[in-house]
Amino acid sequence: MVTIFIDNKPHQVKPDQNLLQACLSLGFDLPYFCWHPALHAVGACRQCAVKQYKDDKDAKGRIIMSCMTPVSEGLRISVDDPEARAFRKGIVEQLMLNHPHDCPVCDEGGECHLQDMTVMTGHNYRRSRFRKRTHQNQDLGPFLNHEMNRCIQCYRCVRFYRGVAGGRDLNVFGAHDHVYFGRHADGPLESEFSGNLIEICPTGVFTDKTLKEHYTRKWDLQTAPSICVHCGVGCNTIAGERYGSLRRIMNRYNRDINGYFLCDRGRFGYEFVNSHKRIRTPLVKSPSPPAGEGRGEGGKPADRETVLTHIADILSKAKGVIAIGSPRASLESNFALRTLAGENSFFSGIGNEEQSLVSLIIDIQKNSPASSPSLREIQAADAVLILGEDLPNTAPLMALAVRQASRNKQFEIAAAMKLPLWDDNAVRNAGQSAKSPVYIISPAETRLDDVAAKTAHVPIQDIVRLASAISQKLDPNIPPLSSGERTEVRGQDVDALAKEIATVLMNAKHPLIVSGTGCQSTGVVQTAANIARALQLKGKAVQLAFAVHECNTLGAALLGGRTLDEAFTVMQDGLADTVIILENDLYRRADEASVEQFLGRAKNIIVLDHIMHRTADQADVVLPAATFAESSGTLINYETRPQRYNEVFVPRGDIQAGWKWINAIMMATQHPAPGGFATLDDIIRKMSRELPLFAELADLVPPAGFRIAGQKVPRQSHRYSGRTSMIADRTVHEPKPAYDADSPLAFSMEGSEQQPPAPLISRYWSPGWNSVQALNRFQQEVGGDLRKESTGTRLIKMIGGQSEYFRIDLSEDPAESPQYFIFGSEELSNLSPALGKRRPMDDQQDPRMTM
Amino acid sequence: MFSILRSILTVFMTMFRKRITVQYPEERSTLAPRWRGRIILSRDPDGRERCVACHLCAVACPVDCISLQATEDQMGRRYPEFFRINFSRCIFCGYCEEACPTCAIQLTPDFEMGEYLRTNLVYEKEDLLISGPGKYPGYNYYREAGLEIGGKAKGEGSQDEPPVDVKSLLP
Repeated sequence: MVTIFIDNKPHQVKPDQNLLQACLSLGFDLPYFCWHPALHAVGACRQCAVKQYKDDKDAKGRIIMSCMTPVSEGLRISVDDPEARAFRKGIVEQLMLNHPHDCPVCDEGGECHLQDMTVMTGHNYRRSRFRKRTHQNQDLGPFLNHEMNRCIQCYRCVRFYRGVAGGRDLNVFGAHDHVYFGRHADGPLESEFSGNLIEICPTGVFTDKTLKEHYTRKWDLQTAPSICVHCGVGCNTIAGERYGSLRRIMNRYNRDINGYFLCDRGRFGYEFVNSHKRIRTPLVKSPSPPAGEGRGEGGKPADRETVLTHIADILSKAKGVIAIGSPRASLESNFALRTLAGENSFFSGIGNEEQSLVSLIIDIQKNSPASSPSLREIQAADAVLILGEDLPNTAPLMALAVRQASRNKQFEIAAAMKLPLWDDNAVRNAGQSAKSPVYIISPAETRLDDVAAKTAHVPIQDIVRLASAISQKLDPNIPPLSSGERTEVRGQDVDALAKEIATVLMNAKHPLIVSGTGCQSTGVVQTAANIARALQLKGKAVQLAFAVHECNTLGAALLGGRTLDEAFTVMQDGLADTVIILENDLYRRADEASVEQFLGRAKNIIVLDHIMHRTADQADVVLPAATFAESSGTLINYETRPQRYNEVFVPRGDIQAGWKWINAIMMATQHPAPGGFATLDDIIRKMSRELPLFAELADLVPPAGFRIAGQKVPRQSHRYSGRTSMIADRTVHEPKPAYDADSPLAFSMEGSEQQPPAPLISRYWSPGWNSVQALNRFQQEVGGDLRKESTGTRLIKMIGGQSEYFRIDLSEDPAESPQYFIFGSEELSNLSPALGKRRPMDDQQDPRMTM
Repeated sequence: MFSILRSILTVFMTMFRKRITVQYPEERSTLAPRWRGRIILSRDPDGRERCVACHLCAVACPVDCISLQATEDQMGRRYPEFFRINFSRCIFCGYCEEACPTCAIQLTPDFEMGEYLRTNLVYEKEDLLISGPGKYPGYNYYREAGLEIGGKAKGEGSQDEPPVDVKSLLP
């Protein structure tokens, strides 16, 4: 810690940061544009000027740019100095010369960094009588709206898009005051991280096109902390609702996982919540035709009581019940189903190959000494080996973390030259094209190949061969492949490549192995574990990450359900005649014929889901389940980190969370399970009692009874408008806001204005900071942990040391690997119209192949 | 003694003053144009809706009685899909008019809005929209904004230069 003097008051700050960061961390309102905690400092906008003094006798001082000044012992500056203030005001005035008169129709209005900074500097009257420069806009695809007139040339967009996300098709063109940020021609932005430009851009050049369809100001959104449901990474999001429809997804900062960024699938996939395919009322087909004769078309809407009685009737007459859970339903819903049906009748609802892989991954995580890294830890790796996983398509944010890890070499070089690491241009200049080694061995090209030291695009069995060779270079005791070793695969010399990779991994301080379920290959996962084990035995602090493809794959697997094949057998043997399917389309999990046969044999099919699909079409009873935005629950991500998503809004009609429906069924059938599942906390308490693995789940998030100074945490901003008029077309009586019994959040603008604990943050706002940059005010130090951060834990802790090497059998591996697409492979986001426009033409594909 | 007489005289003199009580509703007094009565939505000089659905009136409203939803026509011109004022809640403070950046929402010198049913005091856009520019003739927001909308290309706004040629290197 060093002491600096700001306006003659001493402050203790960390030495390895720039002055702007230090001032913001201390709570000073210092305006800035080009600096961003994730993009570091380039000193382009001249907005963060302060005055520096030589010593306490110096009265004159000189103006410096705080973002380009390192903090040093005894540094004396003034933020409040009139000259520095006038300078900052002048800069904003100059930026506003060409800024259009757009705020009322600009989507950034009300959460605009430029608005905030203009107010902060005190510039409020236009003196210039000259005209404003204008630009033609571009069509940047279905996600982003482009309005170049509003640009203030801070260069954040290209620095993010090219420097962080590795995109190539956005750049700056032109000269002097004509510079233009865009593509070479109209067309969708290629990078899967383009949506972050919405939050990166300090003004309204890049805005959310999907939000534009149903535009709502930030202050009018009812928001709640949520978790992305479109892949296994578990990025934290803030979801916003207005008038009963979900309006947008924004990033919620979690230092360990997504940091400042989201992928486009996570940001724009939300529209399935508003989809016309939603199930909004219970549907009952009557009368049930006898098994095997096909089922009547379309159920008829029924009311809640009728349908519950009907289900109770079905269940009481059932010969046996098969309950199929889902990797895209919450842990609580799965657990409630497991309790309803009993442990032996619960099937996890993951495809067979995938389930065996996921069980293997869980075994490895339990027994392997290699820890399962968070994205932040992945970012810190200095050598990465990716085995068989197409990260940009299956776990995009993990790909982004690996991309950042590849820059660690540059930071190393810069640190050796004693350059400050926050000085972006200096670091990039010193590092040139140096990269930390990333090796990608995958079935096909990936969009991460550009940072790879070497890539090998080989069939799955050859991936296993190569990986096995690497592991043997690390430890000759590893059992060789039982058959089919080769010296050359697809023109790559196995021995040389294996030797190179093994050497790099051995020389690294933090080697990282990444694999996953993408290849649907046991061999790939096992060799990855073998390599990690070998490195660990050599004393390396190795990390081993496995990407899984759905938001709660690990949760569903950890509950210990049986496989889908077993369910088919049970049905075939006639041991059961009733099926309850929770948020799952079986046609995506197994081949069509077996599913047809399975569903055909079932006498009664009960489906709980939020969207119609082929399985729900065949159901006798369909219950409208809530999506992530309309219910609360827990999801477990790829590293077994449980995270809570919260109800954003109360759905209309009979829609309710899966676990609430199951609770209602239990009540209707007078199920013996004691206690009931009236609230989320009840289920979690019961779950942590019954399953020791989930013992810590209750401490994850403050319970529903948590209050700050006796108050709940509001979901609505204190500026929430239209309260007495939004439903006035239906009734002039204003009902009491709904009560949320499942979380400490309130469906109201009333409540504590204090910063809540991190899992309860539902918006970023601070006086004077209306944009997302208000996040600075929520962090202990800018770019660091949040205040009141409760660092989430992994369910599976490192136990370590007892694992054996796997003996790998090539014959089990599939010959071909499925192809994945960030837009199109995931079931829910697929229903989003914006995402649909970016989907490759995959209509004819086997649905399982796109999982 | 004197003060008592003075008081009696003052009261007596009042009898000869001009009456200010008006026999409403038979007689009506003239209200100033800036009187804050029934709220209307005006049109710009081209006869199109002035409201651009910026939500500023709604957020300025202290009783939260304005709600609206923004939408856009095919030419990119933003307007309210619905615009609702619950006059049974309105306190006629005029903050909405003050907040309006496009002179769209205006308060008028009409206060005769009595109804037997509260639901009849909920005004939708059809009820609010008038056919003229109201108190502020001449102003057309879209002529000032940099936005491209139907009938106005980039650079045709009143404050705009023609769009720059990015490929030009001329100073």
